Amino acid sequence: MPFGVATVRGMKTWFLVSGLAVTSLLSTSCGKSNGSAATSKSGGTVVINGSGSTFQKPFQEVAIDSFSKDHAGIKVNYGAGGSGKGRQDFADQVTDYGCSDAPYKQDAAAKVKGGEFLYVPVLLGAITVSYNLDGVDKLQLSPDTVAKIFQREIKKWNDPAIAADNPGVTLPDMDITVAHRSDGSGTTEQFTKYLDLAVGAAGGGSEWKLKSGATVEWAPDTQGGNGNQGVAQIVTGTKGAIGYVDLPDAKASNLKFAAIKNQAGKYIMPSTDSAKAAGDGIDVKPDLTFVSVNAKGDASYPITAPSWCMAYVKQGDKAKGDAIKSYFKFMVTDGQKLLGSIDFAPLPKALQDKAIAQVDKIQS
Amino acid sequence: MASQLDLRGTGDGADRAFRWLAIGAAALVLLILGLIAITMTERSSSVFGKMGLDFFTSKRWAPPDGQFGGLSFIWGTLYTSVIAIALAVPISMGVSLFITQLAPRWLKMPLVYVLDLLAVIPSVVFGLWGVLTLAGPIQHFYTHVHNAVAGIPLLGSIFGDSPQGRSFMTAGIILAVMITPIITSLAREVIETTPQNEKEAALALGATRWEMIRGAVIPHSKGGITGAVMLGLGRAMGETIAAALVIGASIGQISINVFSSGNSMPAVIANEWGEADEIHKSALIALAVVLFVITIIVNVIASTIVRRSMARSRGVRR
Repeated sequence: MPFGVATVRGMKTWFLVSGLAVTSLLSTSCGKSNGSAATSKSGGTVVINGSGSTFQKPFQEVAIDSFSKDHAGIKVNYGAGGSGKGRQDFADQVTDYGCSDAPYKQDAAAKVKGGEFLYVPVLLGAITVSYNLDGVDKLQLSPDTVAKIFQREIKKWNDPAIAADNPGVTLPDMDITVAHRSDGSGTTEQFTKYLDLAVGAAGGGSEWKLKSGATVEWAPDTQGGNGNQGVAQIVTGTKGAIGYVDLPDAKASNLKFAAIKNQAGKYIMPSTDSAKAAGDGIDVKPDLTFVSVNAKGDASYPITAPSWCMAYVKQGDKAKGDAIKSYFKFMVTDGQKLLGSIDFAPLPKALQDKAIAQVDKIQS
Repeated sequence: MASQLDLRGTGDGADRAFRWLAIGAAALVLLILGLIAITMTERSSSVFGKMGLDFFTSKRWAPPDGQFGGLSFIWGTLYTSVIAIALAVPISMGVSLFITQLAPRWLKMPLVYVLDLLAVIPSVVFGLWGVLTLAGPIQHFYTHVHNAVAGIPLLGSIFGDSPQGRSFMTAGIILAVMITPIITSLAREVIETTPQNEKEAALALGATRWEMIRGAVIPHSKGGITGAVMLGLGRAMGETIAAALVIGASIGQISINVFSSGNSMPAVIANEWGEADEIHKSALIALAVVLFVITIIVNVIASTIVRRSMARSRGVRR
């Protein structure tokens, strides 16, 4: 049922536009009520609301489900409307926690209304470079080649650059169709950030010209699909297509994906293990933000994306503060065990310890 | 002393209350429209300040570089709407004339019912049908058309190469399907108002059925039909989700090739809003302002045409 899923996720994004009006209404009304977020206690149940990353949505769903079994008095709601919405809602105190695949930019962080807040990393996930090519079951790509393909500098599958990455493989004389996200997306941001960092690092005169961001300037002769499922659908339906799709969706759509050459020069397939290995090779800043693409290490899959949840240090309401703290604690401890089954990677031990220490800073 | 008729009646208070209620409702519409215009202009001012006229003349849309040129989206919106109108108007006219002039009584009611039903299907349904069912197979058709006209000067460029099924044409087709019931049902109502005696007069003068339609029905309903078409055009230009799904989401594409993929203003707004930062949001709102202005222009043109043709047909009758 991949199409059904695509519909639901796609529609979420679209509803944002209409939801915007509601959101701004909510934020004004909440601003007046002592700055406390839109939360209610009904019948002894504490409700905490979060919104944000669609990348994280499968994790939030299983985590909430599992958490609520042991915490009957706490109800957690998560609305997956995109990382940008997650950051905005959290900054405006519309939600109690926000989840995002990217930290706030400098100027936006200053506009977060609820005072000091914490980044808590919750998971790592691989972004695959998926393709549709009959007869080629193993494909290896270096970052320079990926960049050339997505910039339309290479337009045929039997191009010498692809052949050089794949010695001994017979590549067909076929046109390449590039598929990308049509909606603004954290996945696009991580994928382009990877190319921005990795391309040309080894010399050779290659250059990634599109920079990085949630929406970049793809060439007009490429195809846009809505959501990971939309890109997966283009790749599935088009012979010779290539696109970037997160691992859970690529697996759900039975796509073939390429092994990508990492910093150590090894071609690594995307998997939960190789994404976890990437987690060992990252430099974590004191506020627990980090860049996880193009990570060091022999076994690291280089296009590994992070995701965080954010919570305020000072919680106004004792009951709610306790609830948020225990849910965050769950996400970085027992919740980590749920990740493998949904094709995400848990945090490496060192980072997990830091994340737990970070959660302890929440004052309930 | 002649008793004067009391014109004020007993319901004077209610009359006045009703009058103010009606004025209030009318004023509210204007107020809301005005507030929307003010807010949108204000929120888009930063991108207009940064890009100036380039916003309308440049097709380079590169958020990471802070470059926002909306020309390709304006083009996409207008081009898909024109395609939709070109496809929908002949069909709508045929259907509405069939229903009003030719259809046997037993067929008329079910036909009207189905058409009205078509008008209330949510656009996302059309969009999903378009992207899941239509876009794939129709590419073969596009390729055939392209091969058939290749080499002919203008046609060859209009029906150019078709890299994929999602294109201006596919969006145009979906929009046409969506606006056909609207145009049809409005045109039908207008045509229905053609006075019976005018039609009978035409027939009595020996006109065939087609001559009667051309001589009596069309002149009578020209204004109303134009209005119906313009309403359809307005809907086609503003359609968001269906267009976003089937237009192909190419950035910066300005081409008269109906088979190339592109993007339209509402589709870009819907797609990119969620992850947009400040200036990017401002640019998207600016696109909404442009769409707003274009819609107003279309409506003004439409009402002018309607007024003129009504005046002309009245003049003829005198």
